[in-house]
Amino acid sequence: MRKSWWKILAVVLISLVIIAGLLGPVPALFLLHETIRNIYFHVPMWFAMLFLYTISVIYSIKYLNTGKQEYDLMAVEAVNTGITFCFMGLATGMLWANITWGEAWPNDPKLNGSAIATLMYLAYLVLRNALEEEQKRAKISAVYNIFAFPIMIVLLYILPKLTDSLHPGSGGNSAFSNLDMNNQLRPVFYTAVIGWILIGTWMFTLRYRLRIIEQKQNEIN
Amino acid sequence: MKLINFLKNLTTFDMKKLSLSIALVFMTTLNIFAQSEIDMATGLRSSGKIYVVVLVMLVLFLGIAGYLFILDRKITRLEKKQNQK
Repeated sequence: MRKSWWKILAVVLISLVIIAGLLGPVPALFLLHETIRNIYFHVPMWFAMLFLYTISVIYSIKYLNTGKQEYDLMAVEAVNTGITFCFMGLATGMLWANITWGEAWPNDPKLNGSAIATLMYLAYLVLRNALEEEQKRAKISAVYNIFAFPIMIVLLYILPKLTDSLHPGSGGNSAFSNLDMNNQLRPVFYTAVIGWILIGTWMFTLRYRLRIIEQKQNEIN
Repeated sequence: MKLINFLKNLTTFDMKKLSLSIALVFMTTLNIFAQSEIDMATGLRSSGKIYVVVLVMLVLFLGIAGYLFILDRKITRLEKKQNQK
């Protein structure tokens, strides 16, 4: 139990977010009404995804530096977990868009950018499955991952800021201004972000440990 | 908050701040307009039924968290078994 304090913390934080997120006060905003509470649940998915992809790219670089196979496994499991959060973010975003923008997928730079980024990471997983030889697979996919990461950042966080987008946090529509991120929302929002990042990390470590067990099993046989 | 900012801005005669305060007036009036029309779920909360939904969501989340904990324990056991070999 000594090592699992952060897992308990994650569960406590998300429980607090569920209680405070649904019962706490929120500003009455035009069009959004009560759906502003989605900010506690939809946005942290993307923070968790970004965190896991960052872990992945760090371990890809480490792999190329050292050639240790564990680093390669860490990189792939971080992407596997990150893509789960990405799909949850897309699904919740579509539900929210449907009610506020009238369409689940309006033709918007932020949304299309996220679709391309998702496809890029799916391609990473497909690429891995296509290569048979272990070392070659690890090396090529590490290089691919290092290239994919900055492109994902540009598509999700930079290009939408340069043009007009419906999505908050984009051009002419800032997310963290006083207007739509006021001090009633902040404490619960940051709790949610930390909580989901911890849950994501937990899921990632579980997957990684299973992978290592599998690996050892294969070596024995 | 916006009103206080606006009042603070009123006392200065800086041209830049003046235009800013005009923008703030516009925003506050818009907000007041909007607030009178926006339906928030106050009735739902006052009748107390929302607590049931919160409880249901908590039970679901804690269930999933418990599942993760059990999975964690199983993997730890497997790791120990493998290291003994």
